[in-house]
Amino acid sequence: MTAGLWEHWVLPGIWITVQLTLYSAALATAVAFGVGMARTHRSRLVRFFAAFYTEVFRGTSALVLMFWIFFVLPQLAGWALVPMWAAVLALGLSYGAYGAEVVRGALNAVAPAQREAGVALSFTPWQRMRLILLPQAVPEMIPSFCNLLVELLKGTALVSLLGIGDVSFAAYLVRLATTESAQIYSITLIIYFVLAFLLTRGMKVLERRAKAGIGQFPEPLSTGGWLRFRRSDAKSPELSSTGVTGGGASR
Amino acid sequence: MSADTPLSKERPNPAVDGSELIRFDRVVKRFGANTVLDELDFSVASGKHVTLIGPSGSGKTTILRLLMTLIKPDEGTIKVGGAYLTHEEKNGRLVPAGEKHVREVRKNIGMVFQQFNLFPNMKVLRNITEAPVTVLGLPKDEAEQRARDLLDLVGLGDKCDAYPTQLSGGQQQRVAIARALAMRPQVLLLDEVTSALDPELVAGVLDVLRDIAHTTDITMLCVTHEMNFARDISDQVLMFDAGRVIESGPPEKIFSDPEHERTREFLSAVL
Ligand SMILES: Nc1ncnc2c1ncn2[C@@H]1O[C@H](COP(=O)(O)OP(=O)(O)OP(=O)(O)O)[C@@H](O)[C@H]1O
Ligand SMILES: [Mg+2]
Repeated sequence: MTAGLWEHWVLPGIWITVQLTLYSAALATAVAFGVGMARTHRSRLVRFFAAFYTEVFRGTSALVLMFWIFFVLPQLAGWALVPMWAAVLALGLSYGAYGAEVVRGALNAVAPAQREAGVALSFTPWQRMRLILLPQAVPEMIPSFCNLLVELLKGTALVSLLGIGDVSFAAYLVRLATTESAQIYSITLIIYFVLAFLLTRGMKVLERRAKAGIGQFPEPLSTGGWLRFRRSDAKSPELSSTGVTGGGASR
Repeated sequence: MSADTPLSKERPNPAVDGSELIRFDRVVKRFGANTVLDELDFSVASGKHVTLIGPSGSGKTTILRLLMTLIKPDEGTIKVGGAYLTHEEKNGRLVPAGEKHVREVRKNIGMVFQQFNLFPNMKVLRNITEAPVTVLGLPKDEAEQRARDLLDLVGLGDKCDAYPTQLSGGQQQRVAIARALAMRPQVLLLDEVTSALDPELVAGVLDVLRDIAHTTDITMLCVTHEMNFARDISDQVLMFDAGRVIESGPPEKIFSDPEHERTREFLSAVL
């Protein structure tokens, strides 16, 4: 592959894929928490609307949604989104619906006795959510969020159909220009793999820190010894009754 | 007790004069077809330590959960400190209480659970300070001072920075007691607080409770199978069966010379 193609298409393409992933993930996270918490709300009406959202956006394909936002919405609304934001909106809304299920599941998995202890101390429902339920539920969400994030990364390839110059689109152009499809698609595979790998490692670190924040100290990361992340706050717990102490491999 | 012990009240306890603090008035509670409490009437005078005994399934836990507003009665009223717990008076009529009213009345009540139910996401100190700060609006340093004093009281002054998962069951339960007391409730509800503990840890927790019972004017309503403990701390013992109080009296009387046949059977089974 010639250097020009690499510089002009593939590198910017990687950057665009990364941006798309991060922006969509940010939107999806906001949607997931909003809708997921609404699904555990006391009010039946709130729960209904949240369930409705989840069903609708889980049931529509992200691709069709993206086309709809890009091509149909402008006709209805009288204004158009640039392709990048149309894509972020479509991906964020539909992955947010999956995320909402993760949030709901994790909130429901917190022991009911925790809510009762919160009631007994006269916390308001929102204080219970903020101080007791969410802090315990979030660490449980992270593994599922990690899967969704990788799905989202791969899902961003859809945007090439709107002509956005992400990695997939770059690969397509390079193939047209050089007709070396084997080479460029192999490279693209590796790019996605590396990006996904970085995301999962990052999420693992987040998970460990989140678990440490609720007094759980899991086994050290096994990174095969060649890629290590240091826990920045390597406070090892004294007197852990289970005898499991964290961070062994990172020191 | 002196003004600066951890348990002193800043608001005067209208209490200690022996006036009525808790009143159940014809309370009915059903779970489906199962009527657990059947027009239950009973009252607890403030400052008293009352123990509920009775066979399994007789509704002891249900009474405490009603008081803690974890469940609602189907009929009847409950009053705490003169205010309705489940109802509000509006224009002279009793209507079901709103969430806010319930929260106000509930602030007078603290509960310690069988399974401790500490918040695993908070260290010991914050387990105790969070509610006084967030709910009562206590300044943080004052809440921390109060928490440290209470931890000293329950013998865990050195565990402020531990997570609950790093404590033994007995230690967790003592933290839970401190957490409930930090709200300075008028009433403390204790539901079999030692029955989830290994036998060797029970005594420590009971000692703490004895200490609290003997040195404070807090009203205690406790369910326990520890009859010696009940005898030590109770002013009054209520024997429940089938959702009704079938016998009540001072512990000496109930434990040594019960009147009711059911009480006798129950005591011979547990003593
Ligand atoms: N949430 C519930 N749903 C249905 N039935 C319930 C519920 N809670 C309690 N019950 C029933 O109510 C009755 C009284 O229960 P409760 O827990 O008050 O008894 P208890 O006196 O505390 O017994 P124990 O000594 O075993 O703790 C039991 O028959 C129980 O099955
Ligand atoms: Mg019980």
